[in-house]
Amino acid sequence: MDVLTPRSLEQALRLKAERPDAVPIQGGTDVMVELNFDRARPAALLNLNEVAELRGWSRQNGRVWLGSGLTYAEAMERPLAEALPALAEAARTVGGPQIRNRGTIGGNLGTASPAGDALPPLLVCGAEVKIASVRGERIVPLPDFVVGPKRNVLAEDELILGVSVGGTESRQTFMKVGPRNAMVIAVVSLAVRVDGDLRAAFGSAGPVPTLVRAGLGDVDSFPQRVAEAASPIDDVRGTASYRRHALRILTRRALDRCLV
Amino acid sequence: MLALSFSLCRKELAVGQVSITVNGAEHILELEPRELLVYVLRERLGLTGTNVGCDTSSCGACTVLLDGESVKSCTLLGVQVDGHEITTIEGLATNGTMHPVQEAFHEQHGLQCGYCTPGFIMAAVSLLDETPNPSEEEIRHALEGNLCRCTGYQNIVRAVQAAAGVEV
Ligand SMILES: Cc1cc2nc3c(=O)[nH]c(=O)nc-3n(C[C@H](O)[C@H](O)[C@H](O)COP(=O)(O)OP(=O)(O)OC[C@H]3O[C@@H](n4cnc5c(N)ncnc54)[C@H](O)[C@@H]3O)c2cc1C
Ligand code: FES
Ligand code: FES
Repeated sequence: MDVLTPRSLEQALRLKAERPDAVPIQGGTDVMVELNFDRARPAALLNLNEVAELRGWSRQNGRVWLGSGLTYAEAMERPLAEALPALAEAARTVGGPQIRNRGTIGGNLGTASPAGDALPPLLVCGAEVKIASVRGERIVPLPDFVVGPKRNVLAEDELILGVSVGGTESRQTFMKVGPRNAMVIAVVSLAVRVDGDLRAAFGSAGPVPTLVRAGLGDVDSFPQRVAEAASPIDDVRGTASYRRHALRILTRRALDRCLV
Repeated sequence: MLALSFSLCRKELAVGQVSITVNGAEHILELEPRELLVYVLRERLGLTGTNVGCDTSSCGACTVLLDGESVKSCTLLGVQVDGHEITTIEGLATNGTMHPVQEAFHEQHGLQCGYCTPGFIMAAVSLLDETPNPSEEEIRHALEGNLCRCTGYQNIVRAVQAAAGVEV
């Protein structure tokens, strides 16, 4: 196995074009676990840790730009946590501190798990994913980026640069049900935002994290609608009917939090 | 042309030789790309204070500081740490005097078999760097990435409180 460590975005894109088999690695909290369990044996890793262009966040014409290398620990810090409170709450629930120090938003998008905790908060904030390759850049709305369980639209020469999100400083919250507070995969997760309309996005209750929208007048029926939009399965973590039930209850509580 | 530019950057980019500063001392090492940081520390540098419990990010026994932040060294490659600073449990004592967190674990009986202890201490050091006066809830949140099969955590939390200057 080769480990390629580009020092700039330009180098990174060039290497990805030349070695499409190189698996990008940021925090490695998904990639390295796969390697250590011997579930994956990539010919090469593309270590993005030294690419400064992928780090940090900034404000851009009323939206917020999150570099793909933004860690959960960084998303929990003010002032970013005040601009995107649901993302900050979700970040607080990810793994333990060592995972939050390493794990990134870009890695969560790369893995595209139905249980990815960064994804519901990004969905309710209208996230658009910016992707690049030596061929150029493109922007893909998050609902179109994740196309199936652990599947996204990235071509083999492309990298995720980051996401642009709106809805900053709006009323929003995140909730998650799991067997304990830390280090577990969510049974269901939910982000809700109340702004010009009602938006909810859930995880672990369908093949992909899913966004549901309704008008402000639909507060009473919204929890039921969210539950009906889910297509959960029975698995070791919970039954489909429990997941639907939990989504209804969580949506009601999240609305109470956001409407005070 | 592409192939040529690739073979050129491959030499410069597929690092074999790395420079890692561990507990203040710089080490120039020839590493296999697949070597995990924890084995670089234990087997190349003889720093066996950092333990391996699970090697898949679950238990926290392998916790070290990377540029001051707690990370799990079983799921980090040695070559990824090129140019960075690592602090291990061996780096905490100064001139033979234990670090206040080590002292507190000793005083408060924050360990039984001791296997998890280096990891807990590094996680606690990282917490107290950022939050010098944590609440009990903050301490528990900061230690949730570490597992202990012996103590039931009570005395570990108490040790961190003591290190933070709380009467326990
Ligand atoms: C103990 C533990 C607990 C966890 N708890 C949670 C949890 O509570 N919630 C949760 O959602 N996740 C959890 N995870 C999973 C993981 O931490 C997250 O998915 C995290 O966001 C991954 O980020 P990373 O930077 O570590 O990704 P990496 O492992 O570096 O990469 C993940 C994937 O994304 C790809 N990728 C990374 N960067 C790019 C890029 N710039 N362009 C293209 N592709 C890229 C990689 O090739 C890989 O396929 C946990 C993991 C562990 C080990
Ligand atoms: S050995 Fe690294 S987390 Fe268990
Ligand atoms: S003291 Fe034995 S595992 Fe913690």
